[in-house]
Amino acid sequence: MTTGTIKPSVRVGADIGGTFTDIALESGDRIFSAKLLTTSEAPEQAVLDGIALVLGEAGLEFSDIDIVIHGTTLATNALIERRGAKTALLTTKGFRDVIEMRFENRFEQYDLDIVLPKPLIDRADRLVVGGRIGAEGDELAPLDETALVEIAGLVKERGYQSLAIGLIHSYANPAHEARARDILRKHLPDISISISSEVSPQMREFERFNTVCVNAYVRPRMEDYLARLESELKTRGAKGALYMIHSGGGLISVETAKSFPVRLVESGPAGGAIFAADYAARFGLDKVLSYDMGGTTAKICLIDNAIPETARTFEVARTTRFKKGSGMPISIPVIEMVEIGAGGGSLASVDAMGRIQVGPESAGSEPGPACYQRGGEAPAITDADLLLGKIDADDFAGGDIQLSITAARSAIQTRVGKAQGLSTEAAAFGICEMVDENMANAARMHAVESGKDITGTTMIAFGGAAPLHAARLCEKLGVSRCLIPPGAGIGSAIGFLRAPFAFEAVRTQLMRLSEFDAASANDILQDLREAAIGFVAPNADGAKIDQETIVYMRYQGQGWEIPVELPDQTFSDTDSALFLENFRAAYTRFFGRAIDGLGGVEIEIVTWSARAAANRPPPDRITLSSATGDASPAMQRDVFDPAAGDFITSGIHARGDLKSGDRVSGPAVIMEKETSTILTSAFDAVMQDDGSILIHRKDGGAS
Amino acid sequence: MSSTGLKDIRMQVMWNRLISVVEEQALTLIRTAFSTSVREAGDLSAGVFDCDGRMLAQAVTGTPGHVNAMAESVPHFIREIGPENVFEDDCYVTNDPWKGTGHLHDITMVAPSFLNGRLIGYFACTAHVVDIGGRGFGADANSVYEEGILIPIMKFAERGKVNQHLIHLLRANVRQPNQLVGDFYSLAACNEVGHRRLLDMMFEAKLDDLDDLAEFIFSRSRQATLDRINELPRGSFENNLTVDGYDDPLYLQTKLTISKDNVHADFAGTSKLSRWGINVPLVYTKAYSCYGLKCAIAPEIPNNTASLEPFTISAPAGCILNAERPAPVSLRHVTGHMVPDLVMGALDHALPGQMPAEGAGSIWNIHISARPVAGEKGRTAEVLMFNSGGSGARANFDGLNATAFPSGVMTMPIEATEHTGPIVIWRKELRPGSGGAGRQRGGLGQIIEIGPLEDHEFLFSAMFDRVSYPPRGRNGGADGLSGKVHLDDGTEMRPKGWQFVPEGKRIVLELPGGGGNGDPSERTNEALRRDLQGEYVSADEVRKKYTRDPDEIL
Repeated sequence: MTTGTIKPSVRVGADIGGTFTDIALESGDRIFSAKLLTTSEAPEQAVLDGIALVLGEAGLEFSDIDIVIHGTTLATNALIERRGAKTALLTTKGFRDVIEMRFENRFEQYDLDIVLPKPLIDRADRLVVGGRIGAEGDELAPLDETALVEIAGLVKERGYQSLAIGLIHSYANPAHEARARDILRKHLPDISISISSEVSPQMREFERFNTVCVNAYVRPRMEDYLARLESELKTRGAKGALYMIHSGGGLISVETAKSFPVRLVESGPAGGAIFAADYAARFGLDKVLSYDMGGTTAKICLIDNAIPETARTFEVARTTRFKKGSGMPISIPVIEMVEIGAGGGSLASVDAMGRIQVGPESAGSEPGPACYQRGGEAPAITDADLLLGKIDADDFAGGDIQLSITAARSAIQTRVGKAQGLSTEAAAFGICEMVDENMANAARMHAVESGKDITGTTMIAFGGAAPLHAARLCEKLGVSRCLIPPGAGIGSAIGFLRAPFAFEAVRTQLMRLSEFDAASANDILQDLREAAIGFVAPNADGAKIDQETIVYMRYQGQGWEIPVELPDQTFSDTDSALFLENFRAAYTRFFGRAIDGLGGVEIEIVTWSARAAANRPPPDRITLSSATGDASPAMQRDVFDPAAGDFITSGIHARGDLKSGDRVSGPAVIMEKETSTILTSAFDAVMQDDGSILIHRKDGGAS
Repeated sequence: MSSTGLKDIRMQVMWNRLISVVEEQALTLIRTAFSTSVREAGDLSAGVFDCDGRMLAQAVTGTPGHVNAMAESVPHFIREIGPENVFEDDCYVTNDPWKGTGHLHDITMVAPSFLNGRLIGYFACTAHVVDIGGRGFGADANSVYEEGILIPIMKFAERGKVNQHLIHLLRANVRQPNQLVGDFYSLAACNEVGHRRLLDMMFEAKLDDLDDLAEFIFSRSRQATLDRINELPRGSFENNLTVDGYDDPLYLQTKLTISKDNVHADFAGTSKLSRWGINVPLVYTKAYSCYGLKCAIAPEIPNNTASLEPFTISAPAGCILNAERPAPVSLRHVTGHMVPDLVMGALDHALPGQMPAEGAGSIWNIHISARPVAGEKGRTAEVLMFNSGGSGARANFDGLNATAFPSGVMTMPIEATEHTGPIVIWRKELRPGSGGAGRQRGGLGQIIEIGPLEDHEFLFSAMFDRVSYPPRGRNGGADGLSGKVHLDDGTEMRPKGWQFVPEGKRIVLELPGGGGNGDPSERTNEALRRDLQGEYVSADEVRKKYTRDPDEIL
């Protein structure tokens, strides 16, 4: 970049979702946005069209773009729809069925007709080779190199396009995997080969093998797509760099993304979490619960100190009611969030006990909720919201879609009210209560799993349906403040623009604390730090690189490791005391108390991780404003209030008319084009300097 | 708006919340437990009870063996502790097989929940611990007295103060005292989490007690369960099942009587007690009877006292499904896991064409005790593995390959297992051809090969069934392949009891496949093509059992 120019940098975020492709262009302090339908056959089309659109609005050209940051669900969708390359898995002889046998359990105990998730690679496409590495990384049996030549022939003959290699204990010693790749590559120069010790060097064969299979499965398709996008951007005159957002919420180069496309899975939701984290930083909020609710799902993520929580494994492509265990595990660093089948289109029904059930079945955008009058007959959350007065039938999506109260009423009465012996309004309330309760339960459960407490957090709500439900969700979770930023409808794309250049490298290597070996600890961490910095440094533009060291530890005999933060330093043999101390502190934070009186129980380090991030200047700090005056509502409407259990006359405000410092007192509705913010009677709202709405409990929690 | 309508909705919401509370309780246990079988395999349960000991909700996470066994244990606690001795921050414990969940390895803990100084209910949880002393986890004891230390119902903590005498006594009686004590604390902590969440809920909903909510849950659940039972044909339906047993085969017999508001399973005619620890206390028989029946009749109705009540059982005292004190019961699961196949087989006469074929049933646990060969340096370690055979073919789907049924446990990664002890697992993959032929094919079993690491040897405790008597097919489907146990040199090994594997040899376990369902001739060519391509079924099998030409199919 040339120095001395005043021209602000032009940054573009592009998020390809299942239904919509969102584009956000930032030039100086202005943001231009576009929402287009995703063009599944040639996904780059919507991206290019969208960019052209926002460039036009901003009066800029492709050549003005300094950087494009891109995230996409293409990899995820390829997994869900099973549209990937013809892929083979090469694995250790005796372990052909690891990805099919899974955990040998059923994710649903009482369903005799349960259908287990189908392995990504069919049994016929799983090949085996002799040779064995032991748990300590030693060679128990040599690799059968002669067999590999035959295997190469078979791969050619059957026309596989991509090959995954996953061998037992390769995280401890990658020699056999690397050797197998080298031999095969010699015979198969045109086939892309992924090996598990590079894609995900972590213990636990099912997760690791599955991860390398996913990588191989989506790789040819993603390589092609990214190459096309790069060249199309170039053709249009764009000179700026193209970067990809990865599941962990950082940026990686297109080249890295082509080799490790598994790291792009769930990059869209990661953008949402970064969006929330950025607002957390702006407003100086140290404990945040990010809540993203769209048409089919809701996602909840906990963000401490403006850094979204990360995990080492997650599950994608769940097949049955979003149930844990019905999808496939992937072990790569990922922003940890819980996703549940609760969105505006989620459908309501009544079960055998006369209980209202909501989701995860969704009406989607076609046919949509009953009130859209496009053939949907089952009641959706949007129908219930409409009947409760939370949405204006004549001004939905800025008046683009005329909603029918009659259709919503009839759907709710037929499918829920009648069975419950309830009035239609009571049934609508029941539907909303149930979905809000489901989300609250998921958030609480997620907090338990993360060893965190929800009380005292500030919620940041975005996505089309979140502002409609945020206040009630706050009531249920005992959360007293919620921030609703502007531009919430394209949160992920804006989030991409805020993503740090960051990378986390992870490796399993068991070390008992009683046998703590500083030299090998330093070696492991040094390798990981180099790997992480290697990804970040070329893109850091000279910025300082922040580093973070985390190890995952447990009492020997336990099956779950907990993350333990360590200083970023070289360790000496006496530092085992430091590991112990930090482990005990983390254990106490997770489970209430460290275990005492267990003289002699071994503590062990299982997995090591190093993260590097280019230091970005913190966003301009915004101070939460207090109210300076009361806004008077443009009109009034009856809106159902959950605490009162009845309709209450509520003020209706237009978000665009509110000025910084205006107070809106609940019960009230603040309307905008994409959505409405509902204030229940327990809440007030104060308009902030940047256009965010801060809602807070009347009895406390004000700024 | 009518207040009864709103109240009804609030009750529904709180019911949901209560189930979420016990899920959190169970999750806490999994996260903190030391016992392999809890944290890796999910051998646990958690629930919330009213002041009378009636179960309001149970965590979905957990294993069926604890269903309603734990539910029935809480009234024992209330009775034996005595209401006058129940204080805030108390915690009670037992592992009495007849008052808990069927063997000494399961520890049940119950804690009272107080709100503003008043008792509002109880939390209970159960977990399978690694060791409880005695002869260890195996079938070799002659009576329960040899199987380990029995903790009668007593206080683990009174008013928050842990009973150090109990801890002292336990530590002196078990092989891995730290792990056991660690698990005791985990159990207590998980009840504590449940209690805190319940209070949050009651505070938010402004409740002083759980009476109305209990009534709501019970009346809805009872009605829904009775509606289901009412849809069944009435009458009596019989079935029997022969399994390996220990020395002699066991004959299991049931008569299922379906009436207006009750399904009763009677086990008269079942074999007498075994000399070995595969006997089943009645609570455990009941747990697995209920599980099998509930899966078939009312799968989506949550477990609570009212939804379990309509399912009753009886068995003559002294039969293997009603073992009385002091019978050895350590491996009660080996026999108990067969009960769902037994009752579903009877139900098949009432609901023809709907029940699955028989499956592997008992999970194939193997306990390995590894040590260095005399004179060599090395490690000693106790390793426990959970492995599953194939499940029976369903009416509309093939059986599940190498998947636990009826048990709800999970297997461990072999990479993790090899870190726990000096053994090498050389093979763990599906066993082709083991699924019974049928319109729907039985699930495949698996083959496992385990050897000691160099300079090591091991003893293993075998707890395997369906070796002499394979899982039977249904509706014209063929039987699954029975299990086999041998060394890699072909030496036959026994399916039960402790045996030795020297350095350089490997034990080979071939787990049974599930039975087929429906006539094999009705299996589609498309399904057979998949079977052949994936080598789930051999060409020879296609010719002989499916009477088709494999070349034509491919």
